[in-house]
Amino acid sequence: MEAFAIGPVPLDLEQIAAAVGGDGADGAVVTFLGLVRNHNMGRRVRYLEYEAYEPLALKAFGRIASEIGERWPKARLALHHRVGRLEVGEASVAIVVRSPHRGEAYSACRYAIERVKQIAPIWKREFFEGGDVWIEGATANPDDARARAEAERVACA
Amino acid sequence: MRVTVRLFARLRDIAGAAELSRDIALGSTIGDLWRQLAREFPELARYERSISTAINADYARMDQMVGDGDEVAFLPPVSGG
Repeated sequence: MEAFAIGPVPLDLEQIAAAVGGDGADGAVVTFLGLVRNHNMGRRVRYLEYEAYEPLALKAFGRIASEIGERWPKARLALHHRVGRLEVGEASVAIVVRSPHRGEAYSACRYAIERVKQIAPIWKREFFEGGDVWIEGATANPDDARARAEAERVACA
Repeated sequence: MRVTVRLFARLRDIAGAAELSRDIALGSTIGDLWRQLAREFPELARYERSISTAINADYARMDQMVGDGDEVAFLPPVSGG
């Protein structure tokens, strides 16, 4: 299993966790699964469709991992994102961080999802009761130091 | 020279294609290519301030020069996760 991946296959957290491996020095594994919610901004969500600019998204994941390496040197990251049609309750993103202590694993995991939302070239189209809409969040700019600082602030709150 | 344009999400819907092949003048920047597309598909214009761009699957700036055969991607605000 690769540490970073994008694809249509349902996410298997245990397999993804195996990608970060590790030895006896690790005392913590923190995992995050992002799920398709049945409501958004007052709309009843039927399902989502995700798409990605895959080669750039994989590079963005690698960048997030190296940022984590700078801030939490002993934390290791696996990050998988699903694309295609996802039903309510299915997982769209899976993040696993292993490290010697829980504090850095929790922080690095939170940092990873915040950065995914800032810089990964991935989009969701929401199909709700009555229509559909492309969700547009952040303008992706990996060199935006303020966005990175905000992700770090949230991660360490 | 000839470049490949990749469009995603709403931008793809506006242009009606995920991939376009376009001729642009030697020495053009990504911004020049974007403005050419926005003339062709006027609905793109409102994304001028919110798009990101990439050349050959690396993030780039709008003032970066484009080379023959490059793949230039235009990315609306992202919403992964």
